[in-house]
Amino acid sequence: MDLRRTMLFMPGNNPGMLQNGGVFGADAIILDLEDAVAPQEKDAARLLVAQSLKTVDYGTSEKVVRINPLDTFARIDIPAIVPCCPDAILVPKVESSEDIQEVARLVAVAEKPGQAQVKLIALLETPRGIAEAYRIAKADKRVVALAFGAEDYTASLGAKRTKEGTEIFTARTIVVNSAAAVGIQSIDTPFTDVNDIEGLVADTQLAKQLGFKGKLSINPRQIDDIHKVFNPTVQDINWAERIIKAIRKAEAEGAGVASLDGKMVDAPIVARAELILYLARLLGLAEEA
Amino acid sequence: MNELKPAQAGTLESNDIMITMAPGAQGSGVIIDLESIVLAQYGPAIKQTIAAVVAEQNVTDIYIKAVDRGALDCTIQARTLTALARTGVILQKELI
Repeated sequence: MDLRRTMLFMPGNNPGMLQNGGVFGADAIILDLEDAVAPQEKDAARLLVAQSLKTVDYGTSEKVVRINPLDTFARIDIPAIVPCCPDAILVPKVESSEDIQEVARLVAVAEKPGQAQVKLIALLETPRGIAEAYRIAKADKRVVALAFGAEDYTASLGAKRTKEGTEIFTARTIVVNSAAAVGIQSIDTPFTDVNDIEGLVADTQLAKQLGFKGKLSINPRQIDDIHKVFNPTVQDINWAERIIKAIRKAEAEGAGVASLDGKMVDAPIVARAELILYLARLLGLAEEA
Repeated sequence: MNELKPAQAGTLESNDIMITMAPGAQGSGVIIDLESIVLAQYGPAIKQTIAAVVAEQNVTDIYIKAVDRGALDCTIQARTLTALARTGVILQKELI
């Protein structure tokens, strides 16, 4: 499983940002050809992102490119970007399974022989996209995550965007559930006030509680705080280790169910504990194998 | 080849390079006029990078004014390609 706690947007026509994208420690960086680029500079950004993908070392960050929508420049972006070996393409304003299938087809045509298969992440940011979330999630095997974009979504709804996020609660749960239903990740909308760290932490905690696996990010300053929320805590890790010990002991005694602190430990609890320990090991937070 | 027209790409921001191109008369060659904050250290290398991209596109007669603000090779290549495309040169697919 790829970690996508943070996916950091980088404007695609800004060489200074693109060349430093790997130093911020984000799990993924998104080289953006869409909203961050003026229409008259799309050609310049496309070439700059292509050259950056080929030459800049982005360290352990997953390399993701947000292309333009299918009804604008996607058909030019895909053949220019895909042969430069991004790990994934973030497809904006996805509204149907056909949108994803068309992008998947274009990506397959553009891939070089022997190139690692380029993944797709569908960005849902319209009411129709949310309504079609499940079908989009299972539209193609390249889709590894659904991401939610709340700004365009609330604009389409005609609702006021608030810090509490009441207006996007339903959409968030639909995205999480649709992704989980097909076993892929869900990534939450960015928190747009970069000066409000307290608000960012609260919003990220809510996202984690709802089941999101990560959050889009618009500023490098947000990364550490988002990671802290998504990382398993010491208490989580201790709990998970005790669960695994309890279930192993029970299994050794021939039982399929264990008990810990007076509570039943069965398969779903064990699965949750295993996931916590997996993440902890991946992040170097636990030594236990 | 298409007829060339003057064009510009890039900005004067840090880490970028602004490249302006104008078609030259036949036989005038590739002329690169470079300003750079690191001219003494990297001037020849920057010119070489620009010249290599132009040569790969089979452009032989062009005047290029480049104002560099500390761009990396990948940025110089991208801005040169963009300016060439905007002059009307069709990009070779393998360079994209």
